[in-house]
Amino acid sequence: MNLKIVNYGAGNIKSIQFAFQRLGYNAVLTNDANELLKADKVIFPGVGEASSAMKKLKESGLDKVIPKLQQPVLGICLGMQLMCNYTEEGDTKGLGIFNAEVKRFSNTVKVPQMGWNVVRNLKSDLFKGINEGAHMYLVHSYYVKNCSEAIATTDYELEYASALENDNFFGVQFHPEKSSKVGEKLLQNFLEL
Amino acid sequence: MLTKRIIPCLDIKDGRTVKGVNFVDLRDAGDPVVLGKQYADLGADELVFLDISATQEKRRTMHDMVLKVAEQVNIPFTVGGGISTIEDVDDLLHCGADKVSINSSAVRRPNLINELSDKFGNQCIVVAIDAKEIEGKWFVHLAGGTIPTKVKLFEWAVEVEQRGAGEILFTSMNHDGTKSGFANEALAKLSGLVNIPIIASGGAGTVQHFVDAFKTGKADAALAASVFHFGEIPILDLKKELKKNNIEVRL
Repeated sequence: MNLKIVNYGAGNIKSIQFAFQRLGYNAVLTNDANELLKADKVIFPGVGEASSAMKKLKESGLDKVIPKLQQPVLGICLGMQLMCNYTEEGDTKGLGIFNAEVKRFSNTVKVPQMGWNVVRNLKSDLFKGINEGAHMYLVHSYYVKNCSEAIATTDYELEYASALENDNFFGVQFHPEKSSKVGEKLLQNFLEL
Repeated sequence: MLTKRIIPCLDIKDGRTVKGVNFVDLRDAGDPVVLGKQYADLGADELVFLDISATQEKRRTMHDMVLKVAEQVNIPFTVGGGISTIEDVDDLLHCGADKVSINSSAVRRPNLINELSDKFGNQCIVVAIDAKEIEGKWFVHLAGGTIPTKVKLFEWAVEVEQRGAGEILFTSMNHDGTKSGFANEALAKLSGLVNIPIIASGGAGTVQHFVDAFKTGKADAALAASVFHFGEIPILDLKKELKKNNIEVRL
């Protein structure tokens, strides 16, 4: 399995690598377009602030590469949000892979949402063998509005899209690499797509 | 619904887990990597590793230990102790820590919180506050609780939120090590004052103490050490009891 992680200097990549290592796979970091195009599976991670992450993507030219990928791609957390049309965070235009918008939670709830919440309305093979109401670990201040591409929803302030799918592109708001055995099951499912 | 978190805290000295009573008289409770993995398997929601000797001895937290934990543990963990620069945080996050906790260094130079939050995002910046109630007023203490300051707990909590903390880990020194319950009144006040999650710490002795920390203290998470390390309260049993008390937990 040729498994690559998009490397654009965004956040904690080590834990994603270690999660795959625990499953018996070697996930390699790269910012090389050809390497990404050749991979069997691509992980698009992201932690931090949207506009500066987008800026880094543009500087490396990866903003043009990622939407062209044909193999299964999994965006995680900010990675998924950057794959949407637009995010309120830093008034940032995204990659437009998902026809969805990203908004900030209001101050009627604690922000960031931090901890374990349930995923419901599970629709995709990505969630094969994962029960409705399974707990995933989330840390985020911005959320993807519920939309037709949602393959999971979570309730916090409102019902929002906690996972998305469009063709070969997948996104999860939660951190499967930190979501115990359920998260490992999801990563395994992704590898088997 | 977002669940309440149960967080075992592993106090680390010389690479080993220890837990003091009122921050002194250390006892040995094992290898942090083995213990961390075990806790993850037993249902802990998150882990905190605090290098309790780090500030006093100006030692930096052991990167090797963090790497090993990140390699083996499949739940989030926070690392604290002796962190005072952007480089310290960068190193720890690169070793696989999910969050870092800063304490004395933030009180000494509050702008550190802004700098870290701007660079790494507030989601990974936990500000730990050790405070002691003296004649009805809560004062922040530094360096593992050994140095009193004139900084007031509630004012400081509001300030750290404004500066970009993603979470507050509040330890009541009056309660820590006593096993007589958490500082629920102060916790509830904190939870009402700020809009970021509050982790309750100090005083866990019984299951009811956790129920009270969540219901009365309005805490988002509860942290404890010795009741977990010495098997006095098994985490799974605790979470089942919380569920029976209508507190949402991950089981």
